[in-house]
Amino acid sequence: MTAFLRNTWRGLTSMRTALVLLFLLALAALPGALLPQRSLNSQKVDEYIASHGWWGELLGRLEFYNVYGSVWFSAVYLLLFISLVGCLLPRTFEYAKSLRAKPVLTPRNLARLPHHHETTVDATPEQVMAAAKERLKGWRMTEREEDDGARSISAERGYLRETGNLLFHFAMLGLIVALAIGKMFQYEGQVIVLANGSQFCNSGTLGYDSFRPGLRVDGTDLNPFCVKVNDFTANYLPTGQADYFRADIDYQSGADLETNTWRPYQLEVNSPLRTAGDRVYLLSHGYAPTFTVTFPDGQTRTHTTQWRPVNQLTYLSEGATKFDPPGVTDPAERRKRQLAVTGLFAPTAVFSGDLMDSGFPDLRDPAVAVDVMRGDLGSDSGRGQSIYEVSQDMVDQGRLKRVARENMRPGDVITLDDGTKISFDGVQRWVYLQVSHDPAQGWVLVFAVLLVLGLGTSLVIKRRRLWVRTVPAAEGGGTVLLLGGLARTDQAGYGEEFGRVTEDLLAELAPSPEREDAVAGREP
Amino acid sequence: MDVNEMMSSYSDWCYGIAAGAYVVAMLFYLYEQAFGQRRRAAVRERELVGAGGPTETVDEPAEPEIQRNGRAERVGKLAVSLTVFGVLLHFTSLVLRGLATGRAPWGNMYEFGALLCLVAVGTWLVVLRKYPVRHLGVWVLLPVIVLMFVGGVLLYTTAAPVQPALQSYWLVIHVFTIATGSGMVLVPGVVSALYLLKVRKPAWATRLPDANVLDQVAYRTTVFAFPIYTAGIIFGAVWAEESWGRFWGWDPKETVAFVAWVVYAAYLHSRATAGWRGGRAAVINVVGFAAMIFNLFFINLVTTGLHSYAGV
Ligand code: HEM
Repeated sequence: MTAFLRNTWRGLTSMRTALVLLFLLALAALPGALLPQRSLNSQKVDEYIASHGWWGELLGRLEFYNVYGSVWFSAVYLLLFISLVGCLLPRTFEYAKSLRAKPVLTPRNLARLPHHHETTVDATPEQVMAAAKERLKGWRMTEREEDDGARSISAERGYLRETGNLLFHFAMLGLIVALAIGKMFQYEGQVIVLANGSQFCNSGTLGYDSFRPGLRVDGTDLNPFCVKVNDFTANYLPTGQADYFRADIDYQSGADLETNTWRPYQLEVNSPLRTAGDRVYLLSHGYAPTFTVTFPDGQTRTHTTQWRPVNQLTYLSEGATKFDPPGVTDPAERRKRQLAVTGLFAPTAVFSGDLMDSGFPDLRDPAVAVDVMRGDLGSDSGRGQSIYEVSQDMVDQGRLKRVARENMRPGDVITLDDGTKISFDGVQRWVYLQVSHDPAQGWVLVFAVLLVLGLGTSLVIKRRRLWVRTVPAAEGGGTVLLLGGLARTDQAGYGEEFGRVTEDLLAELAPSPEREDAVAGREP
Repeated sequence: MDVNEMMSSYSDWCYGIAAGAYVVAMLFYLYEQAFGQRRRAAVRERELVGAGGPTETVDEPAEPEIQRNGRAERVGKLAVSLTVFGVLLHFTSLVLRGLATGRAPWGNMYEFGALLCLVAVGTWLVVLRKYPVRHLGVWVLLPVIVLMFVGGVLLYTTAAPVQPALQSYWLVIHVFTIATGSGMVLVPGVVSALYLLKVRKPAWATRLPDANVLDQVAYRTTVFAFPIYTAGIIFGAVWAEESWGRFWGWDPKETVAFVAWVVYAAYLHSRATAGWRGGRAAVINVVGFAAMIFNLFFINLVTTGLHSYAGV
């Protein structure tokens, strides 16, 4: 049993397994790019399932629409994590040991090394050794006496490679941990706010149109701050291409909340508001037409409800603005007289016959093409319904009927058969804001940067060895100098450095002209 | 900022002429590849030495051989000169585009592709100075020319300002680094494919340099490109935090960037793993390059995501 565990551990922490796991991670991530994902676009997932039958449902059951939260993706991730830890522990110990280790013994035969050089110089062995030590400053060196009277230096350099390598792997670990912490404590919410001085406060999840909490966030203690959207400006080029979007907002957080101080900020696409540990983004915008209904008894109701763009280029928008008759307490009676103004809004209307479209995204000549519906909106049914549509069920059942269809410009009025008047007063803009919170993202960045630094170091720096051996020359004095070099990882490029060291050393020892030739002829 | 039409059309001219220069250069390389046999044999000999002994042998100019096979050699040199000429024009084209629009000239797919190709050819010229692989130029220029054709003809976009989401200094930083990284790996991608050909079908590949040299070129170029690509992804994440509201969200482009990154990390690791060197490492490198191309074309043109700024 222990043998099995040990073997499993060894297998799991071997380099080869780490490689395979890396591949599996890449492979497992891929479906997320090819299939629609719930977290990105839930509607597309439903469409995909609907159009692919049993196959689509099977994929759903296998969590293919939620790849990055799926059991199998997490499993690969976790295994990789374990493998990393297992790989790192022994390496760290080895590294600590190697920090104190001496460069290895000089090989017997330096001529067998990939880089080597042999020559005879006039200097004495002592002088040669001193010159070599001088030249090899910065290398880790040991000097040894050998049996036959020869002396040698073993030098090694490039220990930073392993440092970089360890840094890289530790940074990867740190990154994974920081990501996990983020997943627990982050939250993200979206909300539509009218750009007419309306406010939004980050006080609870109910204030949001949609809210995605981290695993450990229940929405009770969000960071308190408030935002007031005063105005929104969109500027377009004549081609209709957007030039800039800018929301003019005020915000308050921290002590400002008590003193009710507002600070101004220009919210733009690439410049989110950072306050109270949260970020506020301007995601998109749209139009909200204003309608006023004057009921037969003279009471009026004015609503400005956001409509949603159906064409991102021209901002043709659709929506439904809904009205309850005032002062009607009997639910049955109310359900006969509810009103909805529904249809299309165009910021720059162009008509072909009666059909309206939008010709430009900016507000140049706004108009609406609307149906007025009367009857039961279905809002009492208890079922939630889209704020952009009227209930098709009610229409099909004949409980909600069309009583007028008109194209209107601001100021236009429709009068219904019972004397109710509906006027299109104008239009306001809304902004779609996102509030995000992730306490760990700074750490993610730190680890990512360390990761690149470690990686760069370990790739650029080579661990390399150089040996110098001096043997007293047999005749005429002088010294036979042998040099050998070996790069421990990738040989490429080491030859140049080895050549430089050799040349410097020989120049230092002032070789005679004939030996100069020997240097030049060093290449095989 | 108004677009300067004149500069933009000069830019287009430069782009076209650069592409033409590459085509001619490619034909010249092809000529050298086909007829420069003596030199190739000599080169191979030197490389075998280079692979075992000090590598600096490889750097030395091959003076004696130049005289020995004049014609092919001259054509090869001409090809290099033409490539340099093309690079200069290509670079000018980008500068003019930048001046015409008053922004970094890599805001849509056409411009991104142009930058990527420029980096690829530039990388190739640097590799040429270090390794005797000149006659392989045809295999590097071919994909570049295809990319430039696809970019310039099918994906061409008239010079225009970029939309608000791209109006950020991060456009300069992120896209430039990503394009540099992606452009650089075009060379090792091609070279690793040639490596595979060389070791699997040696009979077809007698005219390629020694497998060792191919392996070296692929590895050393990837070693440079990988940290740059990584940095590009990190810059993208920082920008995404500022622009999209989160630093990572598994948007299709992000996902495939991640996949490509993992593949390249695996490539570098595989070279340190017994049994994975050589052939298997080369396969991984080719897969990595395929992931890059997939990210460029499939993800931009077929799927939709936040990265759909391609403007095609
Ligand atoms: C985690 C975040 C990000 C990652 C991983 C990422 C990754 C990439 C990659 C891999 C490419 C090259 C694609 C190719 O080969 O075709 C690229 C290109 C590009 N990225 Fe990003 N990016 C990120 C965020 C952003 C953000 C926030 C923006 C802008 C708001 C952006 C704008 C661009 C543009 C304009 C291009 C070049 C044109 C194109 O190919 O579409 N990226 N990015």
